[in-house]
Amino acid sequence: MKCDIVLAGVGGQGILSIAAILDAVALKQDFSVKQAEVHGMAQRGGAVQSHLRISDRPIASDLIPQGEAELILSVEPMEALRYLPWLADGGTVVSSASPLVNIPNYPGIEEILATIRRIPRHVLVDSRVLAKEAGNTRAENMVMLGAASPFLPLSTDLLRAEVIAAFASRGDRIAEANGRAFDLGREAAQGARCGPRG
Amino acid sequence: MSPSSAGPRELLLGDEAVALAAIHAGISGAFAYPGTPSTEILEYIQRQAVPGISACWSTNEKVAYEEALGMSYAGHRALVSMKHVGLNVAADPFMNSGITGVNGGLVLAVADDPGMHSSQNEQDSRIYARFAMLPCLEPCDQQMAYDMVRQAFDISERLGLPVMVRLVTRLAHSRAVVATKEPRPPDPRPPAEGRAWILLPVNARVGYRRLVDRQVEVRAAVAELGCSRREGAPGNGLAVIAAGIAWNYLLECHLGGEELPPSLRVSGYPLCEEGIAGILAAAEEVLVLEDGYPFIEETIQGFPPRDRPRIRGRLDGTLPRTGELTPDLVRAALERAGHEVREVEGPVAPRPPVLCSGCPHADTLEALNAAMRAVPGGRAFSDIGCYTLGALPPLEAIHTCVDMGASIGMAVGAARAGLRPSLAVIGDSTFMHSGMTPLVDAAREDTPVTIIILDNSTVGMTGGQPTAATGDELRRVVAGLGVPEEHLRTVVPLPKKREEITRVLVEEMNHPGVSVVIASRTCVQEAKRRARRGRKEATA
Ligand SMILES: Cc1ncc(C[n+]2csc(CCOP(=O)(O)OP(=O)(O)O)c2C)c(N)n1
Ligand code: SF4
Repeated sequence: MKCDIVLAGVGGQGILSIAAILDAVALKQDFSVKQAEVHGMAQRGGAVQSHLRISDRPIASDLIPQGEAELILSVEPMEALRYLPWLADGGTVVSSASPLVNIPNYPGIEEILATIRRIPRHVLVDSRVLAKEAGNTRAENMVMLGAASPFLPLSTDLLRAEVIAAFASRGDRIAEANGRAFDLGREAAQGARCGPRG
Repeated sequence: MSPSSAGPRELLLGDEAVALAAIHAGISGAFAYPGTPSTEILEYIQRQAVPGISACWSTNEKVAYEEALGMSYAGHRALVSMKHVGLNVAADPFMNSGITGVNGGLVLAVADDPGMHSSQNEQDSRIYARFAMLPCLEPCDQQMAYDMVRQAFDISERLGLPVMVRLVTRLAHSRAVVATKEPRPPDPRPPAEGRAWILLPVNARVGYRRLVDRQVEVRAAVAELGCSRREGAPGNGLAVIAAGIAWNYLLECHLGGEELPPSLRVSGYPLCEEGIAGILAAAEEVLVLEDGYPFIEETIQGFPPRDRPRIRGRLDGTLPRTGELTPDLVRAALERAGHEVREVEGPVAPRPPVLCSGCPHADTLEALNAAMRAVPGGRAFSDIGCYTLGALPPLEAIHTCVDMGASIGMAVGAARAGLRPSLAVIGDSTFMHSGMTPLVDAAREDTPVTIIILDNSTVGMTGGQPTAATGDELRRVVAGLGVPEEHLRTVVPLPKKREEITRVLVEEMNHPGVSVVIASRTCVQEAKRRARRGRKEATA
């Protein structure tokens, strides 16, 4: 088993929180993990990505070779498109449908979503609405983690428990909202799964 | 799936593996100035808060290196870390520490940034190791980073020399599981004695001779740790030499079970002569894989090309001469078929980083733009920090960014050429790092420059480390360097104060001597962090 994941989004959206939760659960399940992340200018609204590799065998490269990622998990729709060269044949794109417009030349959202819809295996989730419904507008990243969970070689129960643990220090209310965000994302993905095997 | 392995498994960044290894090697202190991708080394040591280990930020890399050298002189082990360009600042003590030698073990962890993810160049620190004739170890992965740092302290004490450990961004900022070894206590030696540390020419000649004579041992020590050969399948006469993370990319291309070509893994500097001679002798063509400069490739090219196999790599165009190495480039160089790769589809616009909303720099730079329109013809020399983003639209407020501290020196030089108004824009941390010395020049000669110090009370760019001086302290430093009180102004960068700041700037730009305007308001990210810490303390 190997699962190469490109995590994508915009600085401040909590990409590295998703990565930390995936790392922790993969280790609990005794997989090998390598996770290359971008630090430095991350909090200033630029494009952010992380390569996360999970395998039951030793992993050589920290970077995923192009064309080998089973999954692109993006908290922002345009960012999902940026990393398509990494997507494997038959790979899945799980992306938020909610654009984050912080540049003057942000393209038309309809065209972005239409492009994602043309990828045979894709899931589009309205993470902004669902995060709000869960009670924390900052929990879009956990909505997207939930949406990706059906495509991961990881236990959903462990993932959810790790989400709660990750936010425990911020108080019960925030932790539970993030747990709910995870659940709503997962439900939405199961409803929206599409493509040949969807 | 493999059965559960014993003991806790820790997932560490390459930087954190270096830090933990230094703690386990028995350091008494760690020294650093922040810089991507090396910052997390000292941050990790600070978080561990091990009693007896001092771990404070230094004012710049030269100071950090000298502090570490002093700790070594005193008989204790020390770690010093920095990004690649930091070693330019620390080059003077680094070069000379090979001649003094060390007492307690001294390891320099330096993180290079091939591809310039967040740097102004992609210089390769192995060249500094060769320049100083000091050993350099280059790990391939996080485990090796841990192991090599521990071994580096042993080599340092055995040979009496500082040892460099070279990381690159992808190793420094990538996580993997690391197995640790038994920690050892500091066990300090008595402080150093004798003349070796007094680099008068008469002593330095002896020290340099000693360094030259020790090269045989240096070579042997690095070869023992870093050099390993895989016989592989001779196949079509191709052999590979790879260093650091390039080795992983080579393995990645052969995961499908195909045998590697005969391959040699080498590490840092000096290169393993025997291993390289062996692989050159057996091959018709040798592919060199390394991240950074074509350091190995140039070394083995020789001149003129004698009776050796064809060497392929970054110099003959098999791999790009510049930029970061990737598994995809390695695959192409090995002429192996890859997967079908999609193009980027649909509309994708670049999304560069921007100043945070509410950033104090934005207010100051808007005011600067207005002042420049009021007093036209000038230039704003700038520096490195978040405010460098002010060069991009929509602000486009600054004209240069070269190296830390350059803003003030360049403004002084331009002013002496008659450029008016000549401004410098520099952050508080960068000012303390290397802005004070050029300001002394400007103040002594009363050179007509206007220096804006952006005092946001933190090192914003690298994630919020403390600055050496902020607020009143910073003001006293500037006054103490000789800037007259009446031309030392303080403003508060807020949207509603922009006009006032513009007025102050215009007044000082029209002053025919040195002036300093300190724009003082806390970075919004730092303010959030402080509030969070405050809440945590309140609930604790
Ligand atoms: C010699 C050197 N050391 C470190 C760095 C990394 N670095 C870039 S800017 C910066 C400091 C920025 O702090 P400050 O000037 O206070 O500006 P701010 O980012 O807070 O706006 C650092 C540490 C570098 N580029 N060069
Ligand atoms: S981190 Fe601070 S200094 Fe940097 S852009 Fe954001 S608010 Fe401004």
